[in-house]
Amino acid sequence: MALLEIRNLCAGIAGKQILKGINLSINTGEVHAIMGPNGSGKSTLSQVLAGRKTFEVTSGEVIYNGLNLLELEPEERAHEGIFLAFQYPVEIPGVNNTYFLKAAYNEVRKHRGEPEVDAMDFLALVKEKMKLLHIQQDLMNRPLNEGFSGGEKKRNEIFQMAVLDPKLAILDETDSGLDIDALRDVADGVNKLRRPDNAALVITHYQRLLNYIVPDFVHVLLNGCIVKSGGKELALELEEKGYDWLAGQPRV
Amino acid sequence: MTTTTSPTKPGPADVQAQLAAFGAFEKDGARRFPAWVTELRRTGIARFAALGFPTPRLEDWKYTNVAPISQLPFKPAVKPSLVALTATDVARFAFAGLGGSRLVFVNGHFTPKLSTISKLSRGVKLGSLAAAMDSDSDLVKQHLGRYASANDQAFRALNVAFFADGALIYVPKGVVVEEPVHLLFIGSADEDGTAAHPRNLIVAEAGSQIKVIESYVSVGSAAGFTNAVTEIAVGEGANVEHCKFQNERPDAFHIATIQSSLARDSRFTSHSISVGAQIARHDINTVMTGEGVECVLNGLYVASDSQLVDHHMIVDHAQPRCASHEFFHGILGGASRGVFNGKIFVRPGAQQTDAKQTNRNLLLTDDATVDTKPQLEIFADDVKCTHGATVGRLDEDAIFYLRSRGIAHNAARRMLTQAFASNILARIGIEPVRKQLDEFLQSRLGAEIRAVEG
Amino acid sequence: MSDSDKTIEQFVQSDYKYGFTTDVETDTAPPGLSEDIIRLISRKKNEPEFMLEWRLKAYRHWLTMEEPKWSNVHYPPIDYQSIVYYAAPKSRKPGPKSLADVDPAILEMYRKLGISLQEQERLAGVAVDAIMDSVSVGTTLKGQLAEKGIIFCSFTEAVHEHPELIRKWLGSVVPYTDNYFAALNAAVFSDGSFCYIPKGVRCPVELSTYFRINAINTGQFERTLIVAEEGAYVNYLEGCTAPMRDENQLHAAVVELVALDNAQIKYSTVQNWYPGDKDGKGGIYNFVTKRGKCAGVNSKISWTQVETGSAITWKYPSCILLGDNSIGEFYSVALTNNCQQADTGTKMIHIGKNTRSTIVSKGISAGRGNNSYRGLVKVSKGATNARNFSQCDSLLIGDKCGAHTFPYIEVHNKTATVEHEASTSKVGEDQIFYLNQRGLSTQDAVSMIVNGFSKEVFKQLPMEFAVEAQKLLGVSLEGSVG
Repeated sequence: MALLEIRNLCAGIAGKQILKGINLSINTGEVHAIMGPNGSGKSTLSQVLAGRKTFEVTSGEVIYNGLNLLELEPEERAHEGIFLAFQYPVEIPGVNNTYFLKAAYNEVRKHRGEPEVDAMDFLALVKEKMKLLHIQQDLMNRPLNEGFSGGEKKRNEIFQMAVLDPKLAILDETDSGLDIDALRDVADGVNKLRRPDNAALVITHYQRLLNYIVPDFVHVLLNGCIVKSGGKELALELEEKGYDWLAGQPRV
Repeated sequence: MTTTTSPTKPGPADVQAQLAAFGAFEKDGARRFPAWVTELRRTGIARFAALGFPTPRLEDWKYTNVAPISQLPFKPAVKPSLVALTATDVARFAFAGLGGSRLVFVNGHFTPKLSTISKLSRGVKLGSLAAAMDSDSDLVKQHLGRYASANDQAFRALNVAFFADGALIYVPKGVVVEEPVHLLFIGSADEDGTAAHPRNLIVAEAGSQIKVIESYVSVGSAAGFTNAVTEIAVGEGANVEHCKFQNERPDAFHIATIQSSLARDSRFTSHSISVGAQIARHDINTVMTGEGVECVLNGLYVASDSQLVDHHMIVDHAQPRCASHEFFHGILGGASRGVFNGKIFVRPGAQQTDAKQTNRNLLLTDDATVDTKPQLEIFADDVKCTHGATVGRLDEDAIFYLRSRGIAHNAARRMLTQAFASNILARIGIEPVRKQLDEFLQSRLGAEIRAVEG
Repeated sequence: MSDSDKTIEQFVQSDYKYGFTTDVETDTAPPGLSEDIIRLISRKKNEPEFMLEWRLKAYRHWLTMEEPKWSNVHYPPIDYQSIVYYAAPKSRKPGPKSLADVDPAILEMYRKLGISLQEQERLAGVAVDAIMDSVSVGTTLKGQLAEKGIIFCSFTEAVHEHPELIRKWLGSVVPYTDNYFAALNAAVFSDGSFCYIPKGVRCPVELSTYFRINAINTGQFERTLIVAEEGAYVNYLEGCTAPMRDENQLHAAVVELVALDNAQIKYSTVQNWYPGDKDGKGGIYNFVTKRGKCAGVNSKISWTQVETGSAITWKYPSCILLGDNSIGEFYSVALTNNCQQADTGTKMIHIGKNTRSTIVSKGISAGRGNNSYRGLVKVSKGATNARNFSQCDSLLIGDKCGAHTFPYIEVHNKTATVEHEASTSKVGEDQIFYLNQRGLSTQDAVSMIVNGFSKEVFKQLPMEFAVEAQKLLGVSLEGSVG
């Protein structure tokens, strides 16, 4: 059975339809990329999967790990192992990065019936992941995303992902606004976390990220529908030809 | 206190003086106005009698004592002045290169022979408010006194009681008035206490556009008192830029209200540049009555000697999704006093308000003082409101930087002070006005700095 | 209303956790205020003549004053004749000499509050003076302090043991003429704490006072006086609770601090008086005058307050910066939920040269709460090179609350640098969603955001107090989520 099964998902905001029947199946061990121009519904899809109430799901279903995902609260989805790396990570003034992450980590453990870790054990874990992802210590001591540069915010998202160790990671335009070094670091982090028992959905506007995170499947989202799916070579084709040639394609 | 037979309740001597003056005015000057105006005036004087002149015990007048005004030997300028001013006399108050119409008011009375009215688009009305009370009675009646409340402020009440004339500007729906309109108010007092109460009404209907300049200057040999009220109704999607320049003689008194009402999706930009008068008090109040309004209020005040300049702002976010930005700079030399009071109201339900207010002040001398009170009163949660106020001296690092590039200390100070002023003036969208005010202030500030440096 | 609004709505329905009453016999004066009552209070306390004189002068002055109306709080008129002005817990012996003499029921109550006096004395090294219904019930660690020459005792005891100090300093910062509630306090105050740190002494422990109102229909009028002589240092903590009552109770306290040359006083308050119920019934009117005088050069007074309780809070801990180079600080978190109202802030009066002040105020409004910051920064003519920085932030939770900022800045010296910044924001839906996505419940998310918002102020508190303050914020906002 697939880890994530999206069936004919339709969703919108304030009566405006944005997703118009998405079908997608992701198995463990796979990395899927969703590409598409601005306004095609890429970010809406990631927010709907994470449970944002701003968007209304009008029809369709999403089965995740045998659960009816759409019935779960955002924090319950997180407990079940869904992680969204935000396109625009939110600043929360005064809340220490490490303190926050420890609280989040323990919530997941509590849900799994595991004992909470204390500060010492948690710091050991954090240090290990920091080394893995080349994260500077000072990032951990600062308030959550407050005053972070764009690159620092994105690195912090990937770092949180490493600590929380999700089953399904959704990366929403994680590459936007990154210079090439930061992009390489972020991609490197994602690759290090790839395992046969997890999966990732990488949402991007540009092919360049996919040079570093090589996907197993590429899907093109246009006007709320997946209009084409293929292997990693599809990304290159899109880079070369743009999206216009797909405009007339029937839905997949 | 002796009781008089006056129908209104007796008050202090200064109030009595006004009541007496009103009696004379009704007998004399006020006769030529329609009956509804007479009624309006009576409510004004009654309100004034009840309020009396404000004292520093009132929160809104805490830092501005108007005793020097209330003790003036009041002489409302009931009739047009007989002073013979010529076009040459007025020319120096014009803005070089500014085309369009110029309406000149002497002691609050429209003076056609000094005014020029250029060709107007269809339906645009521009002229004397007094005349319009007969010719466009319905229009005036519909708007006059609807925006600026005389109930809570004695000087507005006095204006309602005594106003003789002022400008009426009416821009019909969708009309764009290309050339700015200049309203020039000349105080021409030959006796102390000559009081002008100009009253202006600007109505910009939906989708229209206009730029208006109000400037206040003095001629004559005595200190006058100007008590002006300008009401501005900005219709849906309309765009109004208003620029006021107050440059009356240093012993004059100037009290004024600019009250605007901004309908849905409208834009209003206001500039208040105040450099003259002994006491200058500006109430600049704005109510956003519809969603999506954008309102920018700029101000610059420069005072020296014993001048007092006071800006009282109320920005009332009565509806959601409006933005207001206020930028006020003050430069205070001599023994002058600057007062700034900025109130931002966000009413219940006015979600997604974006309100910002900044007041910065420079004190140039040991005796200059400033009292500033930015306020926020917020009753909605989804808002972005900030205010900031600073008082300080010129940035020593900046002075050092300039000096290290070979600029003399004085010159560096002058340069930075002028830059502080230009920062506000640069926001004026009427090029000739901006240019001329900038030049004027460069020279005034140059003189201030020289006075300080000895 | 969106779902997240609803959640927040439920979330802010809080319950007061400290609302138990203690069954202790009290020795109570009849309600009402007159010269006779004042004489009675003075007699009960066996005061010297100068105290009675001072009280009577204050009372006569109070009669000429009017209750202030300028603040942004609203309440029905207070009937000053229905208040009981003196209520002492009846102890078995006159005047407790040690903890052993204190009524066990009172000690039990403090245990419930989480401040076991014995434990504090033994473990934490905090000296506690606990005031219940205005009378001091025992001061801990007196012996250790006495060795250093530090006096820390109840006000009543100080009047008897150190009349010369009381005579010298009482009313020197807050005269009885100062304001309506200060005059009332001066007339009727029944006890409080007195603290004197001699020249050059650094107080080795944090001194602490717990105030609790217990008796019904009782006003609490305590008075704290702290004097730090040249080069002295003291860190003083104050906590407050009260039981749940349907009636509003008046608390009109006065705190005076004096710091001489090079002295430092740090004064922290965690105020959790009963705030009234969800509909605004009951609760304490907390009308307090707190003022410190930096009388000496290089002196420093720092106020930190966490105000989560009271139906109405009206207080402005202030600093008079008289000595050259003196420093005043004010750090405040004020939370209003349900129908609570707070009008609080500070005054920084710069008189000496090179004086500096910092104001950090964090207002949190939830439910139908209204929160006002009111502050004055005044730079007098002679205060060359004075500097002030003020930061006032408001956080709004829900759309029925209000946040107000009234800063007054008066500058009479050109060399001054005064900066004021204020902002208002809401607990963002995007912030809650972000934390939800990482696995935190909405309740924990809001609590985390609010604590983050208050961080700068909590940093100023001693560790144990900071933890207590964080918990208090959580509790004050807690509700029936999940």
